[in-house]
Amino acid sequence: MVLSGADKTNVKGLFSKIGGQAEDYGAETLERMFAAYPQTKTYFPHFDLGKGSAQVKGHGKKVAAALVEAANNIDDIAGALSKLSDLHAQKLRVDPVNFKLLGQCFLVVVASRNPSLLTPEVHASLDKFLCAVGTVLTAKYR
Amino acid sequence: MVHWSAEEKQLISSVWGKVNVEECGAEALARLLIVYPWTQRFFDNFGNLSSPTAIIGNPKVRAHGKKVLTSFGEAIKNLENLKATYSKLSELHCDKLHVDPENFRLLGDILIIVLAVHFGKDFTPACQAAWQKMVRVVAHALAHKYH
Repeated sequence: MVLSGADKTNVKGLFSKIGGQAEDYGAETLERMFAAYPQTKTYFPHFDLGKGSAQVKGHGKKVAAALVEAANNIDDIAGALSKLSDLHAQKLRVDPVNFKLLGQCFLVVVASRNPSLLTPEVHASLDKFLCAVGTVLTAKYR
Repeated sequence: MVHWSAEEKQLISSVWGKVNVEECGAEALARLLIVYPWTQRFFDNFGNLSSPTAIIGNPKVRAHGKKVLTSFGEAIKNLENLKATYSKLSELHCDKLHVDPENFRLLGDILIIVLAVHFGKDFTPACQAAWQKMVRVVAHALAHKYH
């Protein structure tokens, strides 16, 4: 799966419009993921996952920052996320299926906050981008 | 047997009550064909699917989308008995249509995004959770008679 020129334009455009709210998007993505897919909570036994949790907000900010970084370096996502990829392979070892679940929730956040931004074309590009990020983060697993 | 809490049933039916089945169905199917283009393999006789614009404007896509989402309505009326409700449809999708059940999961996820587009903040995390469960259970019921 390859990101076309149009995909890259769509993704960069979307993230530029989301701008400073990326942190909020990250936090809400996690909140939705924990609600819709309770098994994802198993990776956070050390977190308070209650509503408004500062830990979830903080972690959402990190997740969002990584997505922004990937979008800003969309021609070399593997390079941009190399250290994160190492971390996931060596330490976090989040099962690969979960990246799809996170991606679905991020799409829902974008859709619910910015319905007019998520045209079918942008939806397709963003879905591809999120898949690419997941692939990079699991690339060194074995 | 799947257990549905009163809250889940309420979240599902309150959203459903506001859904325009024709519009949402058309949009969900169109997005499926656009976001996951390999799903077009089932629709060779639908005519022009050559671009997102063509897909969105395609009357067969609209009609079929409406049909598919109308069927969801049946599921919502029969949440306690989905396997029986979808028994014949499951056989049809296996024996005649030869549809990989993975496609039901893809369509379910797309439907959730369409609902999020339409309902915005009202599509709360709790709402999404109930609907993700619903589409997962529908997909499972549709796959149940596969052999």
